[in-house]
Amino acid sequence: MKTKLTALAVTTALVAPAAMAQEMTIVSWGGAYTASQKNAYHDPYTAKTGVTIINDDSSAEGISKLRAMKEANNLTWDLVDLEAADAMRACDEGLAIEVDHDELLAAAPDGTSASDDFGDMIVSDCFIPQIVFSTTFGYRTDLLPEGKEAPAGACQAFDLENYPGKRGLNKRPIANMEWALLCDGVAYEDVYDALETAEGQARAFAKLDTIKDETIWWSSAAEAIQLLADGEVFMSSTYNGRLFSAIVEQEQPIGMAWDWQMFDLDGWVIPAGLSDERLAQVKDYVFFATDTQRLADQAAYISYGPARASSAPLVGKHATLGIDMGPHMPTDPNNAENTFVNNYEWWADNRDDLDAKFQAWLAK
Amino acid sequence: MAALTPISRKPMSLVLPTVAAAGGFFGLFIGTSNGSGILGVLIGALMAVIGAALYIFVLKNEKLGKWLTIALYGALGFLFGGLAAAIVGLLYGWFIQWFSYWLYEGRYRARLLPYLTPGQVLWHYAFRVICGAIFTFLITPILVVMPLSFNEQDFFTFTPEMLRLDPAGYSLKHYQDFFTNNEWQRSFKNSLIIAPIATIISVSLGTLAAIGLSQSHVPGRRAIMAIMISPMIVPLIISATGMFFFYSDIGHWLEGTLGMNKTFVGYVKVVLAHAVLGIPFVIITVTATLVGFDRSLTRAAANMGANPVTTFFRVQMPLILPGVISGGLFAFITSFDEVVVVLFVGSASQKTLPWQMFTGLREQISPTILAVATILVGISILLLATVELLRRRSERLRGMSPT
Repeated sequence: MKTKLTALAVTTALVAPAAMAQEMTIVSWGGAYTASQKNAYHDPYTAKTGVTIINDDSSAEGISKLRAMKEANNLTWDLVDLEAADAMRACDEGLAIEVDHDELLAAAPDGTSASDDFGDMIVSDCFIPQIVFSTTFGYRTDLLPEGKEAPAGACQAFDLENYPGKRGLNKRPIANMEWALLCDGVAYEDVYDALETAEGQARAFAKLDTIKDETIWWSSAAEAIQLLADGEVFMSSTYNGRLFSAIVEQEQPIGMAWDWQMFDLDGWVIPAGLSDERLAQVKDYVFFATDTQRLADQAAYISYGPARASSAPLVGKHATLGIDMGPHMPTDPNNAENTFVNNYEWWADNRDDLDAKFQAWLAK
Repeated sequence: MAALTPISRKPMSLVLPTVAAAGGFFGLFIGTSNGSGILGVLIGALMAVIGAALYIFVLKNEKLGKWLTIALYGALGFLFGGLAAAIVGLLYGWFIQWFSYWLYEGRYRARLLPYLTPGQVLWHYAFRVICGAIFTFLITPILVVMPLSFNEQDFFTFTPEMLRLDPAGYSLKHYQDFFTNNEWQRSFKNSLIIAPIATIISVSLGTLAAIGLSQSHVPGRRAIMAIMISPMIVPLIISATGMFFFYSDIGHWLEGTLGMNKTFVGYVKVVLAHAVLGIPFVIITVTATLVGFDRSLTRAAANMGANPVTTFFRVQMPLILPGVISGGLFAFITSFDEVVVVLFVGSASQKTLPWQMFTGLREQISPTILAVATILVGISILLLATVELLRRRSERLRGMSPT
């Protein structure tokens, strides 16, 4: 028995290095989103190079885990998917490396350089843009009060009189604060200026106070969808791709309420401290996964807009359902009268402060 | 069991209120799920009382009353809620009719000692009801998970189809997902690698430590014992943070100085961390069995020329084996269930089943988690049953009766 065990341990030790040579850990958001990346990027890359890709669905605590890994000098991640504001923080703290976008990324098929093709989407030197997504509202079509029009968007979430019922909101200030001010009558241009002041913040919290008793706070996108699927809330904010998946793929009685949707960017950052060998591997993957065709491919699995201008014309039909993806994209002009763009830079500077105030308000 | 006490019919003043209470209690659940608990209580109580009065004053035929009641409640259930409700109705009809007669005929006294006072009889049954309630309280959360794992939809929701017991509302697709999805298979494999190795380490070290610490001549053994079982007492998140930094350094050394493979080192770290968590359980169970171990046996073995190692394996080990095995089981389950430490110490290549379930629950509420939970519950039941059967068998072989 004892010798057998020793033999086993020795064989494992000897065999392991050969079998595990080519592996990459890619961190993302899980659910339908990781699935779309797997279909559009990971699987073709594995087929092409033989590199095994391990998914770690930890982007929600991406920054804090990167900090801990840096402290312990024990980096186990190779590539991390982060929202633009988080990517900026990672860049500021030296958790991610700065990249030369033109050198690292493929040019568009017509020869346009990567930095021109991505254009404004490159919001930070560390950030390699991937998709445009929006945070917006979904509502239960079967719980709609009789004789009422379908809610158009975020402001109907504050209208308890016409649309009674529970609401689901993200348990963090981003988007909620902006919606509160916009729906309280603040002009779009003034929102972030107002949020900078104590009065503006108080006004936003006062508006949120009006629905606080009716709100269920979610912290992961899956919870919001579960709340809607259960009919536990009448309407909930969440990411448009998750709503798309629940409505179209899972056939839930949910409708989209696009007005005042908040655009945001999501993309890759390369963590600082990778060995040369791993860095080369990651760069090879990023080159592959962010080219024009690959970004367009992702849109066949989830309704997020590709970040490259050259990918937009290639967006076609859903991979399995065969429906046109265009009308489901947050960027489709027919979807929303009003939209706003998450001011990543503002949030990168003010996030920690407002997070604390928001949590204090929640606890009141 | 034969009747101990002659029984007699009971007065209506006892039967009707009690039956009403039972009916009302049942009605409370039906009423609450349909919007009004109070209305449910009233209707339930009223129907139960009318039923009991009918059996006693009009029908006077127990068999006929039974079938009529069952049919009536079954039909009511079917009308209001389809097949599933009909089954609930049938069961309830059977129960309320049986309960009415049980009370009216005084059958509840039949098997009790004749000299018990009414208070003692009441306590006799109240005690059983309390035990049943505790049992229900413990088991329901586990049972709820099982039907949901056969959900046809991708949500934790009892759909109308499921409640109607419509086969279209059920599917095995979440089980299929578990067995075909790479992420689940990888994490299942990781758990099956990490947990047994960690268990073997914990059992070896824990047993040795327990034997050493049970020797009276070891200095400071209480202090040593306290330190050894501290992983069980210190909040897990604190141990996990400490282990994260501690094992990071060990990992660097193993990778850098010894040139070991990164993934292999990852496994070593998680296995060691889990072994540390498992050791206290082994120490405690083995120490407990050592209390009943007769030390003169080791002296007798030594007297006959056996060296300490032989004595341990041939004399002491077989006698303390039940403690070692149950300690090992606890250590195994600790590792198999553990999510906090592995989140800190492990990297994604060592993702275990609980980790996958944890992220699955957070990022993608999918009933695959419930399917896995159902499978794990099944495995645990099998495992515990096997160990218990083996224990009884070995006791039978050794001529001891199971206690």
